[in-house]
Amino acid sequence: MTYLDHAATTPVLPEVLSAMTEQWARVGNASSLHASGRAARRDAEQSRERLAEALGARPSEVLFTGGGTESDNLAVKGLFWARREADSRRRRLVVSPAEHHAVLDSAEWLAKHEGAEVTWLHLEPTGRVTPEALADALGDGSDVAMASVMWANNEIGTVSDVAALADVAHAVGVPLHTDAVQAVGQVPVDFSASGVDALTMTGHKLGGPMGAGALLLRRDAECTPLLHGGGQERDVRSGTLDVPAIVGLAVAATTAVASRVERAARLAALRDRLVAGVLEQVPDAQLNGAPLDDVLAGGPGRLPGNAHLSFPGAEGDALLMLLDARGIECSTGSACSAGVARPSHVLTAVGAEADRARSSLRFSLGSTSTDADVDALLAVIAPVVERARRAGRGR
Amino acid sequence: MRVLAAMSGGVDSAVAAALAVDAGHDVTGVHLALSPDRQTLRSGARGCCSVEDAHDARRVADELGIPFYVWDLAERFTEDVVDDFVAEYAAGRTPNPCLRCNEKIKFTAVLDRALALGFDAVVTGHHARLADGELRRSVDAAKDQSYVLGVLTAEQLAGARFPLGSMTKERVRAIAAERGFAVATKPDSHDICFIPDGDTRGFLTRRLGAQPGPVVDAATGATVGTHEGTHGFTVGQRRGLGIAVGDQRPRYVLSIEPVTRTVTVGTAELTGVARVRTAPPTWTGPVPELPLRAQVQLRAHSAAVACTVTAGADGGLVVDLDEAQRGVAPGQSAVLYAPDRARGDLVLGQGTVAG
Ligand SMILES: Cc1ncc(COP(=O)(O)O)c(C=O)c1O
Repeated sequence: MTYLDHAATTPVLPEVLSAMTEQWARVGNASSLHASGRAARRDAEQSRERLAEALGARPSEVLFTGGGTESDNLAVKGLFWARREADSRRRRLVVSPAEHHAVLDSAEWLAKHEGAEVTWLHLEPTGRVTPEALADALGDGSDVAMASVMWANNEIGTVSDVAALADVAHAVGVPLHTDAVQAVGQVPVDFSASGVDALTMTGHKLGGPMGAGALLLRRDAECTPLLHGGGQERDVRSGTLDVPAIVGLAVAATTAVASRVERAARLAALRDRLVAGVLEQVPDAQLNGAPLDDVLAGGPGRLPGNAHLSFPGAEGDALLMLLDARGIECSTGSACSAGVARPSHVLTAVGAEADRARSSLRFSLGSTSTDADVDALLAVIAPVVERARRAGRGR
Repeated sequence: MRVLAAMSGGVDSAVAAALAVDAGHDVTGVHLALSPDRQTLRSGARGCCSVEDAHDARRVADELGIPFYVWDLAERFTEDVVDDFVAEYAAGRTPNPCLRCNEKIKFTAVLDRALALGFDAVVTGHHARLADGELRRSVDAAKDQSYVLGVLTAEQLAGARFPLGSMTKERVRAIAAERGFAVATKPDSHDICFIPDGDTRGFLTRRLGAQPGPVVDAATGATVGTHEGTHGFTVGQRRGLGIAVGDQRPRYVLSIEPVTRTVTVGTAELTGVARVRTAPPTWTGPVPELPLRAQVQLRAHSAAVACTVTAGADGGLVVDLDEAQRGVAPGQSAVLYAPDRARGDLVLGQGTVAG
């Protein structure tokens, strides 16, 4: 089996597994006052401090959630509601059209049900949001509730200069949220230094558990809760703390961040070989997103483990199926829950023609990726693309 | 052999896929998403491609340990089946969309793609026997689907596998239950999958709008009523004519004339049709020699009747029925069978009823 889908989820790190197993063997609600509760609370708070440190945040800025989707929903809806409540003119959401559906659909839901108005940001052909584009969309900011621009795109791997974007947003008094699910552990992420008001991260993209994530939320950011109850997490996210998940999340994040530099260099080299090899085997394949060696504000402009390619004339889902049958697992990057492959909304948003958007595959590398994985792909990609092209586009 | 199992989420295709796995084939499951705006949950017993149905199909595939994908064929289905259905009704004919779907979607779009992707055949849960290139009725006469497969050519049948033809529906459900498939007790789907509420007339009126016209009595030539569109009628129909005639004798639709939007009705003795002309036929195997003694089935759920088939002038067929039949509607298929008690009636081919 050749696993080239680490951006979908990546194996749990052994140290995470052992830390979580140890937690699961214990009893204790972190809100209880007795000794078991205190022990659970100590472990949860230690994890909060470690996670905060790894991401350049203060512990009080860490809100544990049930993952990236929940954090995105909380940031978009919570900031929108709180800001509109403070000033009813603030109805506008300024959002990148290449966001994950957790952000896109939250914004569209607010537009449909809460009287919000969405302004879609202009993207560079690479998928990047420039400070100029954001400034344009914000105007004087007086009618804007919040803005959301992802740190790194999950499909094509393009990184945006979030710190520069935060400056632009703050110049007109608008809070900025960033979905950093794919960025943490891959590129340098420092919450305070970036200046953003809210940041989404999740466990299962960095070797932690699924269903565990966090929203980093500045202390001065007002955010209306989605979940009401026991008042945990600064009253913004009620619910008994999932201590094993929180411990696992913190171990994963600290480990991924500590090993980032070395892993990123290794993955970038592997990824470069993968892309060069595919382009050699299939000369008319097209690399999507930023150039492999793109640099942005001193860091990588593209996620080191991301290779996103289009194979004109072939359909993404046919390619996926043929590779799957040969033991190679990757993604079209765009399957919805119903399993129907759609043209990538990210490629469509950057202006790619329909054929390019329908014929794309994402290969994403992670901690367990090896040269053998790349070799396995290169051994089959040419005949697979040829066969998929023969199968045409179904119409 | 590498086979692609078309899995609707129903019990038949689930068992067909399971039998293909048992037979030692390398099986991949595929669910066809045919509706452009898929419902999350099934509504009524008729639909077959909601997200819930895809989930049911995937559950079975995962239990069988076979790869599973959803193919989006909504655009083709809309053009080749739904739009065709509406256009046929607009032209005063009565189409069979299941037959059209088998012809254009399952055994053209899906089969072609499967073959191009390196599969050897497409497996479906149809109740019909197929062996040595011969298509025959299912052993379960009540569930037999050979009528809606009668349009397939020898080339298409060469790429098809119907593992359920030699078993009853009861047996299919028993196999599903033995294997613990959650779909074992799922109700059969009925009628037309893209009209989940079963209201065909309402569906057509939404698509075609109201197009009023007269209802005329054949015997007198008198206008005995009006209607909101010829698409609400099928030749042979008795109920829902909305007419007032002097005598109390029931009237049946005799013919539909789309240009003047005239629906002609008449009494029972006028409804019999003894000679049926068809469009140029398709054959499931070698082209038979004409004239031919055979049986013909003129609707999805009617009995086959003895007939003599000769060649028509325009490349079509002339089918002379031993006994006149009521309700022979243009647009339906006249499927020809060679009766065979022992092995199942053999499907020879079909022609679309002209008119
Ligand atoms: C950019 C991005 N945001 C949000 C999510 C959702 O995160 P989760 O799977 O933890 O809900 C994902 C992953 O699926 C993602 O890639």
